[in-house]
Amino acid sequence: MDSNKFSVKRRGFIGGAFLAGSALASGGLSRAADAPALPPRPTEQGAKLRPYGSPSPFEKGVVRVPVKLNADTDTELTSWNFTPLQDLQGTITPNGLFFERNHGGVPNIDPAEHRLLVHGMVDNERVFTMDDLKRYPPVTAVHFIECSGNGLTEWAKPTGKTVQITHGLLSCAEWTGVKVSSLLNDLGVKPGAAWVLAEGADAALMDRSIPLQKLMDDAILAYAQNGEALRPEQGYPLRLLLPGFEGNMNVKWLRRLKVGREPFYTREETSKYTDLLANGDARMFTFVMEAKSVITQPSGGMQILQKGERPITGLAWSGRGTIRRVEVSTDAGKTWSPARLVEPVQTKALARFVFPWKWNGEEAVLQSRCYDDTGYVQPTLAELVKVRGLNSVYHLNAIQSWHIAADGTVTNVHA
Amino acid sequence: MFMRNLLKAVVALSLCASFVPGALAAKTGEYGLGQPATQAEINAWNDDVSPAGDNLPAGSGSVAQGQRVYAEKCAACHGAQGQGGPMDKLVGGQGTLDTKAPVKTVGSYWPYATTVFDYVRRAMPFNAPGTLSDDQVYAVTAYLLYMNGIVQSNAVMNAKTLAAVKMPNRDNFLKKDPRPDAP
Repeated sequence: MDSNKFSVKRRGFIGGAFLAGSALASGGLSRAADAPALPPRPTEQGAKLRPYGSPSPFEKGVVRVPVKLNADTDTELTSWNFTPLQDLQGTITPNGLFFERNHGGVPNIDPAEHRLLVHGMVDNERVFTMDDLKRYPPVTAVHFIECSGNGLTEWAKPTGKTVQITHGLLSCAEWTGVKVSSLLNDLGVKPGAAWVLAEGADAALMDRSIPLQKLMDDAILAYAQNGEALRPEQGYPLRLLLPGFEGNMNVKWLRRLKVGREPFYTREETSKYTDLLANGDARMFTFVMEAKSVITQPSGGMQILQKGERPITGLAWSGRGTIRRVEVSTDAGKTWSPARLVEPVQTKALARFVFPWKWNGEEAVLQSRCYDDTGYVQPTLAELVKVRGLNSVYHLNAIQSWHIAADGTVTNVHA
Repeated sequence: MFMRNLLKAVVALSLCASFVPGALAAKTGEYGLGQPATQAEINAWNDDVSPAGDNLPAGSGSVAQGQRVYAEKCAACHGAQGQGGPMDKLVGGQGTLDTKAPVKTVGSYWPYATTVFDYVRRAMPFNAPGTLSDDQVYAVTAYLLYMNGIVQSNAVMNAKTLAAVKMPNRDNFLKKDPRPDAP
């Protein structure tokens, strides 16, 4: 994909963010020669109470960035909105920064009017209100969602300037809802059923076929995210959550589950979300997001201004289970050392890793690679391309490389 | 080690015995939540179309009728000849999937003609989804198949003829996930 197809607004903020502390200490405050270099004590009252809080005005640069990935073919109703991973700490994505991908805009749904129809191969075909669903025993779990197109511009050459663009179709939240198995067991699934169609109430009636086994395993009908109701752009009032499966299948504004024998072969699982190989064959039904990691600080677009202590930190995750180990290389993969995983490390959730590092002012290439509890090791890009070619678009989970120049500038490279 | 495993097994068994039948393993109808879906409610939303043609509605549309629907409803986004611009290219690309510049269109890539009907009825036109009649959807599907050289100019699509269309790329999908494939 051409780099000129990449119409993202650069933010000067990204470069400054990594260095805000040192900039402030060296010259951020003006002072007289004999005055202490500390802020004065406040002499006025602060702001009044607010019904619903929002970030400090000083954080106004920490925002999602919409990107048209397919040249001119996307609109504000269908484009991707990328999470600013470089500015976030820990593993939970704030609700206002959770990545977005919509197919017909964000519907405005009154939860009192919303209905979930469950039909097909069940003993009892039923219609549920939101109140009905909240009367099932609730469950809460932390899980990531990643678009399987995350990084699709990066197959042939490094294109995204920042980790927000190379990896920002990734977020993680604490979800609350009902186990799909509670509902389906209650209704009674008929013998022979194997696939379920999940359909949204958006303008596109976006729909995907889900293996029944996944729904019975760990899927959640989620109505809350990080303690509050889902945001409209995350499916308010109800979404499907399929831990570890590609983002598109986590159907938002869920209005229908139809239980059947065969896949339904919707547009999204045939013409899209299939992985074209070099020989012209295409893989269909590649659902799991395989183990992946990325260094978020320092990362593309930043500049390191001072030598010395500079901890490396980033995120690791696996759709198959739990991250067991993350290693960091500062020499383009020649040597690797283990990073520290920040507890708690949860299944099918983002894990935070930290690696102590002293920058000596010389060129370096930073990489991370992760291992999950199935024994899977995050591959290099060359290893992936060898099997899948350069046309498969989806499921790029290769090791990411950040080049540190002698002047501290960090850029996206293939190494 | 053996003792620890044995202990785990005993604990697991006792947990099963004491809790699962009561609180966790729901029996059919135990909660009794929701209302029975009426046939009218199911019919209102049950409109997904399978490759076998299940759920295809009554009605029909010809290539000629589809050309008129396409010109009025689709051409502004997908080009007069389906060549694309500003939105997706719908026509052409056959023979390109194994090259360095694959062109994925209805004709070159989509495995099932029924999916074209389903998607157009579901989500198109983008600015007014759900406004085409079933006859119009059959017609525009016929026209897209004709422009891709898959049906003749005199073709008429209906529940029977549409399900019988074999798309050129149908058999080139691998329907089982072979991963992990690296390293």
